[in-house]
Amino acid sequence: MTISVEEVFETARMTLFQHFDIRTVTLGINLKDCIHSDFPRFLDNVYNRIKPAAQSLVREAKRLEVLYGVPIVNKRISVTPVSLIMETHAEGEKFLAMAKMLDRAAAEGGVDFLGGFGALVQKGATRSDSALIEALPEVLSSTGRVCSFLNVGSNVAGMNLDAVIALGPMLKRTAELSGNGIGCAKFVVFVNAPEDNPFMAGAFHGVGEPDYSVNIGISGPGVVRDIVAANRDCDLTQLSEIVKRTTFKITRAGELVGRELAKRLKVPFGIVDISLASTTAQGDSVAGIIEAMGIERVGAHGSTLAVALLMDAVKKGGAMASGNVGGLSGTFIPVSEDERMIAAVQEGALGLDKLEALTSVCSVGMDMFAVPGDTPAGVVSAIIADELAIGVVNNKTTAVRIILAPGCKPGDIIDYGGLLGRVPVMQVNRYSAENFIRRGGRLPSPVTSMRN
Amino acid sequence: MNEPLPNISQLDSQGKELSFVTVIGRDQKGIVARVTSLIFKHGLNIEDIAQKVMQGHFVMIMLVDFKDSKSDLEDVKADLGRVATEMNLQIQIQHEDLFKKINRV
Repeated sequence: MTISVEEVFETARMTLFQHFDIRTVTLGINLKDCIHSDFPRFLDNVYNRIKPAAQSLVREAKRLEVLYGVPIVNKRISVTPVSLIMETHAEGEKFLAMAKMLDRAAAEGGVDFLGGFGALVQKGATRSDSALIEALPEVLSSTGRVCSFLNVGSNVAGMNLDAVIALGPMLKRTAELSGNGIGCAKFVVFVNAPEDNPFMAGAFHGVGEPDYSVNIGISGPGVVRDIVAANRDCDLTQLSEIVKRTTFKITRAGELVGRELAKRLKVPFGIVDISLASTTAQGDSVAGIIEAMGIERVGAHGSTLAVALLMDAVKKGGAMASGNVGGLSGTFIPVSEDERMIAAVQEGALGLDKLEALTSVCSVGMDMFAVPGDTPAGVVSAIIADELAIGVVNNKTTAVRIILAPGCKPGDIIDYGGLLGRVPVMQVNRYSAENFIRRGGRLPSPVTSMRN
Repeated sequence: MNEPLPNISQLDSQGKELSFVTVIGRDQKGIVARVTSLIFKHGLNIEDIAQKVMQGHFVMIMLVDFKDSKSDLEDVKADLGRVATEMNLQIQIQHEDLFKKINRV
């Protein structure tokens, strides 16, 4: 087999100049067999399961970074949805104790985040689910690494509006307790949540998973942006082809790392999720790809088509490269983590309405955007319900990660630094949906036999 | 003009532990000397070497075999990092599997 200098150079350039990285390796851990009627013993079981696994994950991931010269940015753990394993201990204080122990195990194990402190309530909540939701403001504001999710709907079950109603006050309380709203960044609400998502804050180890699995999330918006920028004159078919080929290469690299990591940890390899995800680094921007396609600012008319083209090309390239491509493959469009998205909001090119529209074709949903802290709870629930309706009706995963910025008005900026970036506070519609949202109940599942 | 690209190697890694060393930067005296002496110091064997100016960059690529080396990859990497800093170069060392996997189906 022959490798040319050009190919070596191209591959080396991906990591050196174009910010290509393995964004996250997530070790999923089943905790169902840790359940014990004696609560302290139960906590010990969980701690003893997570800490050593986390340590092995971090150690082997670091070795692979050196071996392949590809950075692995985040090392994470996802666990069985905590509401499930807490059914016999469904009390608020115990949820807080569990969260603190998980936070400690994650910290001592050396992982960046631990996901799975959540519940699946698409048709209704158990006593344990409700206790978990009630405990969330305190959990999210008093722990550093614990991430939480709720799945409140699916295209089969419809949407649990009662759960969505509870989220407005829950998020407002979380924002208040955590001062600058940072607690909200560790919570995501889904419909059609995948069980093997490697990306936080929504990662959890689903009930259909084995005892352990390694899931890889890879990125590389910088690589795609450069190739799009170098091909200014091609038509959309050719553009899709170029993105497909590039994604193919990125996915192959990710799968190599994932399979090797799984082998070293002696656990099954799950999926490789090739989802372009921005970071705050200059040039590592998904919105930058959209703008390189010829959209002056992301949010301008034409942006939805551009995201749709990108999504499809990424999925096609990924599907060819690996038989284990994850369901969230495509592209994320978080606001705070993407310098071009932030600029588009600040310059008035991108508002909440267009952000919602873009999510009808992106991989997940409205991510890491901020609204004023005094936004009424009913309006927060309505923003969430609108976004999730897109997922329920269109048979796709959608999600919301919204930050309620205490004391801020539209146009203000909150700076979290590091991975979470800077969040410009966005204007919400001033008219109320209160009377509609508070009806509650369940949105019936959509009829799928008459798709058109 | 379709000039064939220079090959870095006919990869045949039987019994070998091959990695690519990629050096990118401004052309200057001593790059080959500094890098190869370091490779020699760690007991690695240079299987192949090629250099070229590509897209405005001076690029040197070496294929090295770790089989008889007593050094850890981390140590080699740290030494290469020092040379990179001193000479203002970008130096990477990456296992051959990465290139095989990305470039060949």
